[in-house]
Amino acid sequence: MLPTSGRLEVAVHQAGPIPLDADFHCEAGELLALVGPSGSGKTTLLRVIAGLMKPRTGRIACGEEVWFDDTAGFDRRPQQRRVGMVFQDYALFPHLTARDNVRVALGHLEASQRNERAERWLDRMHLQGLGNRYPSQLSGGQRQRVALARALAREPKALLLDEPFSAVDQVTRRRLQRELARLREQIRIPILLVTHDLDEAVALADRLCVLQGGSSLQMGDADTLFRHPASAEVARLLDRHNLFEGRMVESRGERRLQWGSLTLDVAQGLERLTPGEAVTWYVPDSDVVLHRAERSSCGPRENSVSGRISEMVIMGGTTSLAVVIDHVDETLRFDVSTHAARRGGLMRGGWVQLSLLASGIHLLPKESKERQDEYLR
Amino acid sequence: MDWTALSVSLQLAVLTCLFLLPVGLWVGRTLAHTHFRGKPLCEALIALPLVMPPTVLGFYLMISFGRDAPFGAFWHRLTGEGLNFTFTGILLASLVANLPFAVQPIQRAFEGIPANLREAAWCSGLSPWQTFLRIELPLVWPGVISALALTFAHTLGEFGVILMVGGAIDGETRTLAIAIYDRVQAFDERGAGIMSAMLLLVSFLTIGVVYGLAGRRRWRRV
Repeated sequence: MLPTSGRLEVAVHQAGPIPLDADFHCEAGELLALVGPSGSGKTTLLRVIAGLMKPRTGRIACGEEVWFDDTAGFDRRPQQRRVGMVFQDYALFPHLTARDNVRVALGHLEASQRNERAERWLDRMHLQGLGNRYPSQLSGGQRQRVALARALAREPKALLLDEPFSAVDQVTRRRLQRELARLREQIRIPILLVTHDLDEAVALADRLCVLQGGSSLQMGDADTLFRHPASAEVARLLDRHNLFEGRMVESRGERRLQWGSLTLDVAQGLERLTPGEAVTWYVPDSDVVLHRAERSSCGPRENSVSGRISEMVIMGGTTSLAVVIDHVDETLRFDVSTHAARRGGLMRGGWVQLSLLASGIHLLPKESKERQDEYLR
Repeated sequence: MDWTALSVSLQLAVLTCLFLLPVGLWVGRTLAHTHFRGKPLCEALIALPLVMPPTVLGFYLMISFGRDAPFGAFWHRLTGEGLNFTFTGILLASLVANLPFAVQPIQRAFEGIPANLREAAWCSGLSPWQTFLRIELPLVWPGVISALALTFAHTLGEFGVILMVGGAIDGETRTLAIAIYDRVQAFDERGAGIMSAMLLLVSFLTIGVVYGLAGRRRWRRV
């Protein structure tokens, strides 16, 4: 009863009407999050995979089955693809009860087995006793579970989730997310999760695929993406701030990164630059270390910089800081725990000392100058 | 009481509904789901009988049913019969006159179905036909009931078009509405009164039954 299948491979391209340039895969049992802002083509991609929209060119395959291949003139209809799709607003059939909504997707079974199987799916989704209710008589969370039960009842080869948690309240969302995480351990099919919520993607997905304008920009686990974004655009889409312009300098055979009038040690990446070459660099939050004031007289520290707090916003357990770095006049942004901020006596206008860890500094690959300027602005 | 006229009226109304139901479903669904260049023109043509005076519509139909006109000649070659002053003639005229009443409510109902319900049905494995029968048709059902009720009631009351095309041949084209007019012309107010009351009762019962059926559903839109 629990579906299994193979790897889902997607490579689709078209110039218009909705531009697409996506290339990614998702293993059976893996959860891949497609992240990107509104209008980045996430939902369009799901529709293309489900067969609801035909791309100009490309190939979509799942396990042994080819679903779409323009060179072979091959395009399976949605009915033949066996995808489980959970729509953003769930798209439950309003005139059918929860049980009948699930039954609709059981066309592959003998008619006599459908009722019992539908009940089992409802049970599995913690909807015992709600089979006779109409969608309008269910809560948002219950509707989402009926939609998920319907999608899985088909014994799909791949599960596609389009912003499945956006229509419910925070508490329900957390509970449904936990349920999805548990469900994942039981089904061995590729799962694609479309979301614009980065925290959700990081919490649930094995890997993330960053999308913009229908193009897949970078794919990897959350740590790789956050520490080594492939471009300034990816960093911006992932809500990373600390992107700066620098220059490689070499003195006495030692290569360092010049940032304004400061020079910084960098663990890797400088070897591929020529002396004097400009480079965009990035440092993740996790590699900005805030030094405690009373210990500021300690010996030399890694890439020590100082600056003045220009902005300090307390948001529950974390405090967002913006520090204008001395001698550079650039703003570094990072979060500290509110507890640490209180203990360190941080306040707006105060002076702090920081270290930018050499191993964390990431030099971005070269892009066209105009694109970089666009993102640095 | 002219029972023959009542029988002609009811036959005409029932047959008009039966013929226009599939037409309304097909045209309404097509207009709701597709976008093409001439769509506003199509919609205007279908709505035309709503705004045209019935006598004008009846006049044009009478002309085109004549054996000199292309349609009338075609019909004569096909069946060997004419259309003016026959039951078939008033049925055809009634189909044209009621087209907007059948199409518009059904089209609105199809437009009200969210597009992703059809897609969800396809993803659940339903063929386009199964999707139509199990998902779309139940959802547009109130629109279909409205269309049938409007068509039925409007056909019972139709006067101008029927008179122009059919005249008032007893047992063939004299509907109850025309019989009432004849009674009044003959100063038989009592007869006209009885028949009017009968038409009122039949219309009210039909609409009541139909709306009662349409209102009996347990679900509502999410």
